[in-house]
Amino acid sequence: MMRRFLEASVSILSWLCTLCLLLSLFTLVGFLFFKGGSSLQLSLIFGNTAPLDAILLKRQVFEGIFPAMVGTLFLIVGAMCIATPIGIAGGIYMAEYCSSKIQPVLNLAFDILAGIPSIVVGLAGLLLTILLHRYFRENIIPCLFISSCSLAFLVVPYLIRSTQTALESTAPLVRQTAPALGASQIQNIFLVLLPNSLPDILSGIILACGRCAEDTAVIMLTGVVATAGIPSSAWGQYEALPFYIYYISSQYTGPDELARGYGAAIILLLLCTTMLVCSLWVQRKITTILLYR
Amino acid sequence: MICRVSSTVEYIFLAAAVFVSLLTAAVFLFLLFFGLPLLQSGQLTELLFSSWSPGKGVYGLYPMLVTSTLLAVLSMLISFPISLGTSFLITSLAPLKIRQILMGAVRVMTGIPTVVYSFAALFLLVPIMRNIFGHGTGMSILTASPVLALVTAPTMILFFVSSLNKVPASYTLAADALGGSQVQKLLYVMVPQAWPGILNGTLLGFGRAIGDTMVSLMLAGNSPAYPDSITDPARTLTAHIALTMAYDFDSMEFKSIFVCGLSLYLITAILMLLFRLMTSHVSKNL
Repeated sequence: MMRRFLEASVSILSWLCTLCLLLSLFTLVGFLFFKGGSSLQLSLIFGNTAPLDAILLKRQVFEGIFPAMVGTLFLIVGAMCIATPIGIAGGIYMAEYCSSKIQPVLNLAFDILAGIPSIVVGLAGLLLTILLHRYFRENIIPCLFISSCSLAFLVVPYLIRSTQTALESTAPLVRQTAPALGASQIQNIFLVLLPNSLPDILSGIILACGRCAEDTAVIMLTGVVATAGIPSSAWGQYEALPFYIYYISSQYTGPDELARGYGAAIILLLLCTTMLVCSLWVQRKITTILLYR
Repeated sequence: MICRVSSTVEYIFLAAAVFVSLLTAAVFLFLLFFGLPLLQSGQLTELLFSSWSPGKGVYGLYPMLVTSTLLAVLSMLISFPISLGTSFLITSLAPLKIRQILMGAVRVMTGIPTVVYSFAALFLLVPIMRNIFGHGTGMSILTASPVLALVTAPTMILFFVSSLNKVPASYTLAADALGGSQVQKLLYVMVPQAWPGILNGTLLGFGRAIGDTMVSLMLAGNSPAYPDSITDPARTLTAHIALTMAYDFDSMEFKSIFVCGLSLYLITAILMLLFRLMTSHVSKNL
């Protein structure tokens, strides 16, 4: 009797919990769209400037989130340019070369790096800037380059992990065929293993892009500012979407600015979820294409 | 020739792996190096266990430590049952179609930026809380904890689901063959087998909760005073780092944030170490 009751209550409570989770998610997201849906127009992005002029950098955009979007794009590209080669190379080493003695040590190091709060990574980036400023060149200030480096630190453990698991989960049949035919280990890696696990690696890279786009704490300490326009070089300060949202939430002066904040939040939300869906789709789709061509 | 190329390439791979693991140590050394002036003066215990009042020259981090822990624990109290319930549904209790939809939804939830959650909650939840409390701004530990729970839940759910699914098929099939219902299979076969994984996922979620900046920065109120109750506004370690940045680089305020960074680093590193130890312990026993 007691057990019957327990079983029934577990079942009901599970449904309730899930309902609670989905309800709170939809309330927050729905509220965002309800309040900000009307501000989703071209003027949200470009303000009063003609879109073509803004994109061709002929005129600066003042009352729109275009500079913040461009800043976020630069951040993603910069961070991924640094993180992708290191992450994939590290992942290949972990999966293919690493001896079983040092693997636990490296694994632990990557896990710790993955677990460090992003604000601490940002703090480390700031310290790097201070050191460079003191001992290397006077004109180094927190800038786009430093932020990209810090974001790269943040996502590199994820890239290593996704590459490593992708390579390790290759079927033994695929793994051993090329060496049996006389291929060297390098040939096996570049011609067989990497192409074979490309979908998983690619989906890891897209996930990492999403993390770069959403992270606020790192860039907050390493050079993002509220108004900078489009950065002219990697050594300049810049704007970014997540920071813009945070800034608006604490410093908005009127309903217009607040509406732009809602709009920016919706755009960032759409950007990040699109990337996530893309990564899931890539994982599934490319696998199907490769297998059932 | 091929041999030389392949050994060069191998060194490049090795260099990448070693470089990243050195980064882990470098971040720690950086923080230690900058925090050393404060640590050397022998005030570590004073620093950790006194209050924050720069006017009197006291730079204690005790209120922030307490707030960080309190907020993380409170949000885990909310998100643990919710994640467990959802993972139960995804692994066995719900019909197949609903399971797939739920799994997709949870995966997409992992990608939602924390700043977006916080922004929406700031204009929805905070006014409600203000009305309930009847005083203050409505920002408090209690306001931030459900949002933080929403942020940590997807990670925990995915981890729970994968550890519940790892239970060997021979066990679950045996339960089916004996005529057990889905709930019985779940409660008496899968959960007892998967509990180390569930504990591990909770550790992981706790680490995320303590390391999150935006939720506590935007919703917890940021008052550096010691919180008397969970309805008080308070400041976490992460928010403290973000807020103190504006000060002069040589001031004591600025130096104290490295101690903040160090404690956060150590807390998350210890959590990860526990996580690793448990994972290897479990895989040995299986």
